[in-house]
Amino acid sequence: MTIRRIFSGPARLAAIAPLVWLTLFFLLPFGFVLKISLSHTVIAQPPYAPLIPLTGGFEALRAALAQLDLGNFASLAADELYVMSYVRSLVVASASTALLVAIGYPIAYGMARLPPARQPLAMMLVIVPFWTSFLIRIYAWINVLQHDGLLNRVLLALHVVDKPVVWLSTDTAMYLGIVYSYAPFMVLPLYATLARMDVSLLEAAADLGCSRLKAFWLVTLPLSLRGVAAGALLCFIPIVGEFVIPDLLAGSERLMIGQTLWLEFFTNKDWPVASSIAVVLLAVLLLPLLVFQRLERRSVEGGTR
Amino acid sequence: MRARALAGLSAFNAVSLALGLAFLYLPIVILVAYSFNASRLVAVWGGWSLRWYGELLHDRAMLDAAWMSLRVGVCAATAATLLGTLAAVALARGGGFLGRTLMSGMLYAPLVMPEVMTGLALLLLFVAVDAERGFWTVVIAHTTLTMCFVAVIVQSRLAGLDRSLEEAAMDLGCSPARAFAAVTLPLIAPAIAAGWMLAFTLSLDDLVIASFTTGPGSATLPIRIYSEVRLGVRPEINAICALVIVAVALLIVAASLITKFAGGSRDAAAPL
Repeated sequence: MTIRRIFSGPARLAAIAPLVWLTLFFLLPFGFVLKISLSHTVIAQPPYAPLIPLTGGFEALRAALAQLDLGNFASLAADELYVMSYVRSLVVASASTALLVAIGYPIAYGMARLPPARQPLAMMLVIVPFWTSFLIRIYAWINVLQHDGLLNRVLLALHVVDKPVVWLSTDTAMYLGIVYSYAPFMVLPLYATLARMDVSLLEAAADLGCSRLKAFWLVTLPLSLRGVAAGALLCFIPIVGEFVIPDLLAGSERLMIGQTLWLEFFTNKDWPVASSIAVVLLAVLLLPLLVFQRLERRSVEGGTR
Repeated sequence: MRARALAGLSAFNAVSLALGLAFLYLPIVILVAYSFNASRLVAVWGGWSLRWYGELLHDRAMLDAAWMSLRVGVCAATAATLLGTLAAVALARGGGFLGRTLMSGMLYAPLVMPEVMTGLALLLLFVAVDAERGFWTVVIAHTTLTMCFVAVIVQSRLAGLDRSLEEAAMDLGCSPARAFAAVTLPLIAPAIAAGWMLAFTLSLDDLVIASFTTGPGSATLPIRIYSEVRLGVRPEINAICALVIVAVALLIVAASLITKFAGGSRDAAAPL
């Protein structure tokens, strides 16, 4: 006990550098997002005003606070474009997450039931695409899905269709890309849960007369729900703000909120509106984020492997 | 341990596993194959050729971007490994300290935070302090993102370690710092190495955060590839993508060899 306490002293010192770094470069920046979301748009460099003066003391700060403008948020709520973007993002993220659970669960289950000696290889095979560039994997799909791409040629050769199908710039392509890119994020936490499960529970169920299907429904599924939740949040949260996949694979008539933010920032150069979009997005994602952190902290710090 | 009947792979399991892996790998295989296509037209197979790799050598902008990405990746991964390992040690061995909840919150949030938000937030910070945007701002941004992944990997390795080894070293007269250096560090070294490589590949991969935080004239490889990809499929892009894939594959093989020879556990390479 005392030895552990001695050890924890220096270990706590180790926290200083990462804590300072994350405060400076993760927490503080979101303060700036909040601040600029309350500013006016001006055509200048940088394209916003006013700044909260950091040097003017309390009075100047109060004067600045009085000037803050909630107009950006009002225009977000009033403009159908933004509202529809948020709705589309949430719909796409929910549907993709459901698809990912449906596809990821059988894969993870299959992996967990492999002979133990083969499991590391299977895990490696699932992880490798995760290490391969995200952008390159989406580009790989453009290769396959384009007008004269492999998919259309295979379908034509098999006489499934008689003229090339439009795959690119559709929601189908976008969902395909999302499921493809996020599959490892769903499979790995699920696999970790399923592999850790005590198989003797299934034997007990079988002894008590359960069919395999019923044993799965009554034993395996409830025990793996935490893995499902971890995988689902690991996919859902970033998909809501996804930019690259819808930008390259979906059509441009309906945008997800990540694309709208990108557009406001890079094309319209409207930093205050882009910041307001980010603030609202953070508010939308706050609850899933908190739940995810709880799950993650428990799984990493639990150490019960 | 495991009942034989249950350990066996049913036909359903085998098929779903095989289909899943085919889904994951087929597009990448096709991409690499087409990078050797002699024909400029994607629909036409013109025989095997290294032509597009040759053309890449003359693409100055692409080569500059690749060099920028490599330098950013090495700097960011090194800084992230240092900071991420420190954070993991503090969380796994520090007990309950002031700011612990804050730190673990700030460590897990970037793992899932949409990149457009992290990118925008960092850019606004850099503009507010009037930092010149370019190489170093991207390094800072990537360090912030990837240190969290390093921390998760190292922390799960630390959580799985037998603490009695450290205690034995201290019983034998080691100072805590010495016990850490002599006992703990060698044991978590494979996880640290895997963390560095994951950080490097994530940095090499990132488009969104780099787009926000870089300045004019310093495009990274993904920014360059993205601007080309928007215009459609080109064989030169297939070639550069194939090269990146091979480079990353070599890194992974190196990582798994390090893990193997160091006698590390198999979850050292598991990112999450």
